[in-house]
Amino acid sequence: MPIAIVRHFALALLLTPPVLFADTVYVTNEKDNTVSVIDFDTLKVVNTFSVGQRPRGIALSPDNKILYVCVSDDDAIRAFDVENLEPLYDLPSGENPETFVLSPSGDRIYTSNESDNIVTVIDTSRRSVLNQIDVGVEPEGVAISPDGKIMINTSETTNMAHWIDTETFQIFENSLVGQRPRDAAFDLDGRRLWVTAEIGGTVSVFDTASYEQIIELKFKIKGIRQDRVQPVGLYLTRDGKLAFFALGPANHVAVVDAQTYEVLDYLLVGRRVWKLAPTADEKFLLTTNGVSGDVSIIDIENMKVIKSIKVGRFPWGVAVHE
Amino acid sequence: MRASHLCSLLMLTAVLLPVDAENIRVGYLVETRDPPPVLSNLDDPPEDEGVAGAVLGISDNNSTGKFSGQGYNLEVRHIDQGEDPKTALASMATDGIRFVLLDLETDTLLRLLQQPVPNHLLMFNIAAQDRRLRDSDCHASLLHTALSRDMRSDALAQLLLKKRWKRWFLVAGHRAGDEKFAAAVKRSAKKFGARIVAQKDWSGDFDARRSAPAEVPLFTQGPDYDVLMVADESGDFGDYLLFNTWDPRPVAGTQGLVAKTWGRPVEQWGAAQLQERFLKQANRWMMPRDYAAWLAVRSIGEARLRNPDATSSGIEGYIRSEKFQLAGYKGRKMNYRRWNGQMRQPVPIMWARALVSQAPLEEFLHQRNELDTLGLDRADSRCKLN
Repeated sequence: MPIAIVRHFALALLLTPPVLFADTVYVTNEKDNTVSVIDFDTLKVVNTFSVGQRPRGIALSPDNKILYVCVSDDDAIRAFDVENLEPLYDLPSGENPETFVLSPSGDRIYTSNESDNIVTVIDTSRRSVLNQIDVGVEPEGVAISPDGKIMINTSETTNMAHWIDTETFQIFENSLVGQRPRDAAFDLDGRRLWVTAEIGGTVSVFDTASYEQIIELKFKIKGIRQDRVQPVGLYLTRDGKLAFFALGPANHVAVVDAQTYEVLDYLLVGRRVWKLAPTADEKFLLTTNGVSGDVSIIDIENMKVIKSIKVGRFPWGVAVHE
Repeated sequence: MRASHLCSLLMLTAVLLPVDAENIRVGYLVETRDPPPVLSNLDDPPEDEGVAGAVLGISDNNSTGKFSGQGYNLEVRHIDQGEDPKTALASMATDGIRFVLLDLETDTLLRLLQQPVPNHLLMFNIAAQDRRLRDSDCHASLLHTALSRDMRSDALAQLLLKKRWKRWFLVAGHRAGDEKFAAAVKRSAKKFGARIVAQKDWSGDFDARRSAPAEVPLFTQGPDYDVLMVADESGDFGDYLLFNTWDPRPVAGTQGLVAKTWGRPVEQWGAAQLQERFLKQANRWMMPRDYAAWLAVRSIGEARLRNPDATSSGIEGYIRSEKFQLAGYKGRKMNYRRWNGQMRQPVPIMWARALVSQAPLEEFLHQRNELDTLGLDRADSRCKLN
């Protein structure tokens, strides 16, 4: 049988039912200064376009019309028109923005300026800086509560999660977490905050009413040195049932029961798995794998990695457009 | 270090502290050194190596201290080369300083340790690499954030063994550190199963800048070896061995492929951020002593942050405990060996422009902690502090 037909056949199997794959995926390639565009219909990279220097954090506006990309070494968050992928304008992000989070309505962007120990708050419609907040050393992860009232920033060398009131821009609480906190996220109901710590190898879960830590999660993968188990990116499912953690150089994603905190599985993905994002229907979870330069696709229901797609050098962030 | 420059840095780090903040003073005792003349004089050694790293550590601690209510100050005292450091240390202790970074030559440090050290003082060796300080001459009040030579040569040995480059031709200069580095290389060869197939001393009686292409091929002709291991700590001649050997062989040791605690090519695990922060502050790249000083100051900051006991003995107790861990941009948490106070740390292996690997390499296992495959392990050290 000719090879082309075999491949076609295999692809056809993967694509049943085809209606599942309708999304477009954007991946920042940190060391290529590009964004790869993956068509989820064909699971192929259909476009790669230049965005600026050292692209890392990436997200879409709530209306899916604008693609925001942190171009760290250009000291900006660049806005692209999703229709034609042309640059629209730069937002004043402060120096060296690494990653950011949008407010639920999309009217603000909160970004961490890792070299200046500040978080910059940007008004997205006026394209101006609303405020800059002093935080700890090397701010990194940013998260916003579902009601938009609390913003969390993790500082990697201070080892804290800073709780910030988005009306007053004041830090009202600091929570110590494990060494080198990387990312944070709230449950959809806003009751818990989850913070990953890369070097500590832990995930701290906080009660957002009391700011008290509920539990500290640790991971153990057979055959992998404990020091390589480094939680970085995370994703919490909308129903509050599952939590996924990218474990960096352990090359696995941990699947945790978000109610019992039991680790359900470790899924082997690419090397140095970094960030996670779901498809719109939440049937699949995508991972960026920095060292192997690819994106893995996890089938959430079956808890299986079904495919990896080669992108550029050092894929960092991922955003999905329905 | 120009005094005015240092003053302005110190003021910079002292600013922004709440008035009622708990003040933690960190002393820095530095011996003025007169670097020996070297043939390879491309780079001027910076005058503030070490202290600039401590300044950055203080500034990092203060950024965190804003949220936890601590302020840190650095207080630098200079002594002349070879001067007895006892008086300077005693006056720091009398002033109420409880943590002191020691940026001293080995002999000066040994002299200090042979006399009674003021009570309630925790010292960090950020410069001296000698094995004996972690072995028979260790001290209960002294921690080491500087790597020992053994840790560096063990790191190199791991990589060379992995590559099956097991036959080493050792070339040593005859300055103070060269002999010690050569001894470390020999111990590493034995420990990991490499062989020193030839050894020669570099007499250094001609100017290799002019005559290396003529001298080095003859000097290296004969032995059948895989790697030329050079022991030239002051950087006198080692650079001229590269590409001048009789056989096409790589050079490793103190030049060529080197293992050290920090260097410009280190950029993984967020290291690019530390590099950038340091460059901005000091207007030069971070060097090993800067990094060791930064580690020491950050150890104090991290221990205070995690430990409700604010006394100096409380902070010291936490640093020495199993709970202590420090993220130091090398991908693994670091802590201190209980038996001799040496900080466990990964050792980057690099040449001038790129990182080649980082020890411990995965192939080298250890029953407790892979980082203990580098340097003196508990069973081998005559130091039994705990």
